Amino acid sequence: MAFLDRTARQFLLLEIAQGMWLTLRYFFSRKATLNYPYEKNPLSPRFRGEHALRRYPNGEERCIACKLCEAICPSQCIVIEAEPRADGSRRTTRYDIDMTKCIYCGLCEEACPVDAIVEGPNFEFSVETREELMYDKARLLANGDRWEAELARRLELDAPYR
Amino acid sequence: MQQSSDTPVAEKPGQRIVEFDSHAVNFGPQHPAAHGVLRLILELDGEVVERADPHIGFLHRGTEKLIEYRTYMQNVPYFDRLDYVSPMCQEHPFALAVEKLLGITVPERAQWIRVLFSEITRVLNHLLNLTSYALDVGAITPILWGFEEREKLLQFYEDVSGARFHSNYFRPGGVARDLPAGTEERIAAWADGFPKFIDDLEELLTSNRIWKQRTVNIGVMSPEDALAWGWSGPNLRASGVPWDLRRAQPYEKYAEVDFEIPVGRHGDCYDRFLVRVWEMRESVRIIKQCLEKMRPGPVKVQDWKFVPPRREEMKRSMEALIHHFKLFTEGFHVPAGATYTVVETPKGEFGVYLVADGTNRPYRCKIRPTGFAYLQAMDVLAKRHLLADAVAIIGSIDIVFGEIDR
Repeated sequence: MAFLDRTARQFLLLEIAQGMWLTLRYFFSRKATLNYPYEKNPLSPRFRGEHALRRYPNGEERCIACKLCEAICPSQCIVIEAEPRADGSRRTTRYDIDMTKCIYCGLCEEACPVDAIVEGPNFEFSVETREELMYDKARLLANGDRWEAELARRLELDAPYR
Repeated sequence: MQQSSDTPVAEKPGQRIVEFDSHAVNFGPQHPAAHGVLRLILELDGEVVERADPHIGFLHRGTEKLIEYRTYMQNVPYFDRLDYVSPMCQEHPFALAVEKLLGITVPERAQWIRVLFSEITRVLNHLLNLTSYALDVGAITPILWGFEEREKLLQFYEDVSGARFHSNYFRPGGVARDLPAGTEERIAAWADGFPKFIDDLEELLTSNRIWKQRTVNIGVMSPEDALAWGWSGPNLRASGVPWDLRRAQPYEKYAEVDFEIPVGRHGDCYDRFLVRVWEMRESVRIIKQCLEKMRPGPVKVQDWKFVPPRREEMKRSMEALIHHFKLFTEGFHVPAGATYTVVETPKGEFGVYLVADGTNRPYRCKIRPTGFAYLQAMDVLAKRHLLADAVAIIGSIDIVFGEIDR
């Protein structure tokens, strides 16, 4: 009987037919793919994308040049220089991130005591030359201004866990 | 091709004996079936592999040396980048090693989260390995389906850690942050539906005659040889040695969950496939148990010498702020000592030999890669097999070059 069963399976290509049938069922089932530039997956509030420097609601920049992010950065891609401003407050004169070195570990965001440097939700910042990825302070602040609404919402959502 | 001058066999009149040199073929480092940057020099006799000589080092980044110059907290992201197919499992032994040297035990919930995500990582790894293995052998469909399931799992990764791959989540002293609300329910929903996917995957492959012709009795490894070559993990179990570190020396909460360890019998490519498929089913079982047994609670040791204080605390309390600054600049000091800590990653035994000298940086960190042991047996496995079988063998032993080259 086993012999008959085996022979029948061999000649009827049963397992191949079953596989084909399954593939056909999948062909007519709901698609899981997204039409990427127009459709995107939702991102978690913890997503670590492009960096941004945030400001206070009154327009004052948050960063106080404590250099914790520079110290914790495992790939040493952050460079900060600082000196007191005319009004006596300590602010950065230079805040550079080498985005080609960055490993997006999120430690700078965790280290920042004033929520100034954050990794935002933007992951679409590819450029054509290497130089464009050497971000300076102006660029990072501009990112912050552009994404502020989203950044604030993300920080608020994740606050209970931090 | 070369005509032999002194042949042992006497030539008969009208007959000429010609001897062919074997051909050496470069398999990779840009071969799509080489799983990364493997350069395999294959000496062929016709289509039969006489000798397989793996060359490694194309992905060498000097991780072990880099680790010596970074504090313990800064080192965690480097472990993600070793075996980039199972990131959290690579962070695990480092976190365990540091905790062992510090003499701290992470809270219950952190241990459950670690077990949960170790098993999610196992499914992630096996999904990619099995389906790309099938792709190498010629079945395109499984990888397309497998990536859909992987996407769901990577979503869990992103929910908890913020990154899809390089998670930086298992830290010495616990895990980075607690699971966001709703994650447990989503993982439970996924775990209910996933066995159906495994059934579909098996329906395509397990009894398929083409698949069996390509894998049964290919690359056979005897249990003795497997042990002698330093194998571990699913590959060793496929050879018939029931050895699993989760069972042999349970770490975290593995002693408290109920699971079976699949063991193969023949040690061929087909058995390695079956063992991995079964491991995925067992992983789903463990995931369900984790979700049942997890209770709310702290996810880090409650000692600010080792983990940063809560942010609201840090913004109010001077002492917490000082701890925060000390941790993120100097880091914590680990008492002098050495430990070899292993975990069962999806690929097998992955170990970290950590030597601390009392400062805030490791004195030495030797990483025991899993794939290296598999790759070094490549010559034994591929000998006298056809060239196309070498592809199946590479797929079945599950090697990733991030960890082999380090």
